[in-house]
Amino acid sequence: MDIIVLVKQVPETESLLELDTDRGLVNTDNVKWIVNPYDEYAIEEALQIKENNSDAKVTVLSVGPKRSETALRTALAMGADEALLIDDPAAEGGDALATARLLVAALKEMPYDLIIAGMRAVDNDGYQVPAAVAEYLDIPLITTVTKVTLTEGKIVTEQTVEGGILEITGNLPLIITTQKGINLPRYASLPNIMKAKKKPLVKKTLADLDVNTGQVGNAAAMTVTVSVGYPPEREPGIIIEGESPAEKAAKLVQFLREKAKVR
Amino acid sequence: MAAGVLVYTEYADGTFKKSALEAVSEGRRLADSLGTELTAVVFGPGTADEAAQLGTFGADHVLVAEDDALADFTGDVFTDTLFKIVKKHQPQIILAAATVSTKELMARLAARLNTGLAMECSQLHLGDDGLVATRALYGGKVIADVAVRGLPAIAVLRPNVSAIVETPREASLEMVAAADRMRTRVTGKRMEKGDQVELTEADFVCSGGRGMGGDDFSLIEALAATLGGAVGASRNAVDEGWRPVSDQVGQTGKVVAPKIYFACGISGAIQHLAGIRSSDVIVAINKDPDAPIFKVADYGIVGDLFEVVPAITEEIKKS
Repeated sequence: MDIIVLVKQVPETESLLELDTDRGLVNTDNVKWIVNPYDEYAIEEALQIKENNSDAKVTVLSVGPKRSETALRTALAMGADEALLIDDPAAEGGDALATARLLVAALKEMPYDLIIAGMRAVDNDGYQVPAAVAEYLDIPLITTVTKVTLTEGKIVTEQTVEGGILEITGNLPLIITTQKGINLPRYASLPNIMKAKKKPLVKKTLADLDVNTGQVGNAAAMTVTVSVGYPPEREPGIIIEGESPAEKAAKLVQFLREKAKVR
Repeated sequence: MAAGVLVYTEYADGTFKKSALEAVSEGRRLADSLGTELTAVVFGPGTADEAAQLGTFGADHVLVAEDDALADFTGDVFTDTLFKIVKKHQPQIILAAATVSTKELMARLAARLNTGLAMECSQLHLGDDGLVATRALYGGKVIADVAVRGLPAIAVLRPNVSAIVETPREASLEMVAAADRMRTRVTGKRMEKGDQVELTEADFVCSGGRGMGGDDFSLIEALAATLGGAVGASRNAVDEGWRPVSDQVGQTGKVVAPKIYFACGISGAIQHLAGIRSSDVIVAINKDPDAPIFKVADYGIVGDLFEVVPAITEEIKKS
């Protein structure tokens, strides 16, 4: 069984982000880069499936610059078998559809039964790449998955929706996206980190894939950032004083009714 | 020639979600700016009568597909049906309110149409070159204005950022045939929350954090119930297993925009603040006077939440 995991390297959420407000860009020169947390759930899920299927192979796939190799090595250290990085300067500034085209160009050249992606990438939060991959490969998509059960070419998933859980069933090949709560990603042990250095990490450029430059990169982007800024700071308010919890509560509710104009 | 605004108005669990009506109202606003018409699209068995009421919120036309295949969301039949409608009606802009289903639907539609999509927007306006959407990046640390290219330009709106406005008119009603491809099926359902308000749509959110000390959130639930609001939790509380992931508020959880957000026993880590930034009023209750939450709260009470929260509930009940 061939499982492909789509991985994105993103800035760590605590990173300080500088803004180039003239060009509407976010400066990521000084950030710490990590595997997108939702992709860690995807990698872990693939590895758990592999543990239950002796003939399963896990390949991790990413589009990004050279630094993305670190993210792929992390996935290999967790237990993935092979990695493929699509790295081409022409792809810079590409939107989600462009990223999906590049991924699909690589996916069309490999066997896949199940593709697993993180539900969202915490930098852009577009939720778009997995859906576009599903469309371009013409395979079904199940998003926001918190449980996977595989039986003979069929996949049964639990999807967390507003107000509850849906059980959704489909046939492979299929792509799913992982939601927090599906599993607890393992840490890579030191021996596994060493082993990962020997696992194959292949790099491809546009020339190696069936994609033309007109379909990727900045010029083809269907969404373009026009300006960036920091969200407005909230000013600190007041600390409510009082002799007892009841007194403080009374003052609070009075404030809420009068000043905040709520019930 | 592409013209008109189309709003995918999600019907689920026997009703239109509040956020769906917000999207219709926003669609009306954009349609007025463009001098064009607003069409609401509704999918689901038995929805025609209620769909016709969307004229109240500004829909000039309503397109309804009532097939049983549309009872629960599955990607294929919903995307195929909406795609057919879009190809026929050629709207300039498509809107929807953000839910798990609509995000999947709009993402697939945008890819199929090779058009621009702005996800989870807090604001929309029309620039010289078309639709511009305001949305958060990097977990809320950066706010960006994004030009959405392509026709139709697609935007998915956050709940609670647009007002529901009534601009009543008689909407025309047209029944549409559903597509029939279904490669995935809903084979089970566990709806847990009943008639509880959805976190992202709630006007009042009461959240508990590490200070709760365990999974007994009854005090928080009581306050939320008194206000008719929703219960949330910090990442710490969720990671401890005290509350489900679906209750998590914050950068990697849900972004809420209530009238009042009660942060009880929550220290106020940056990733939590990212999820509550859009609240009108933040109330913080914490034993620790140095908790960072007090720097952003409009009203703070330093004290034992196990005494303060029930006192607040009592006080609210008094009126």
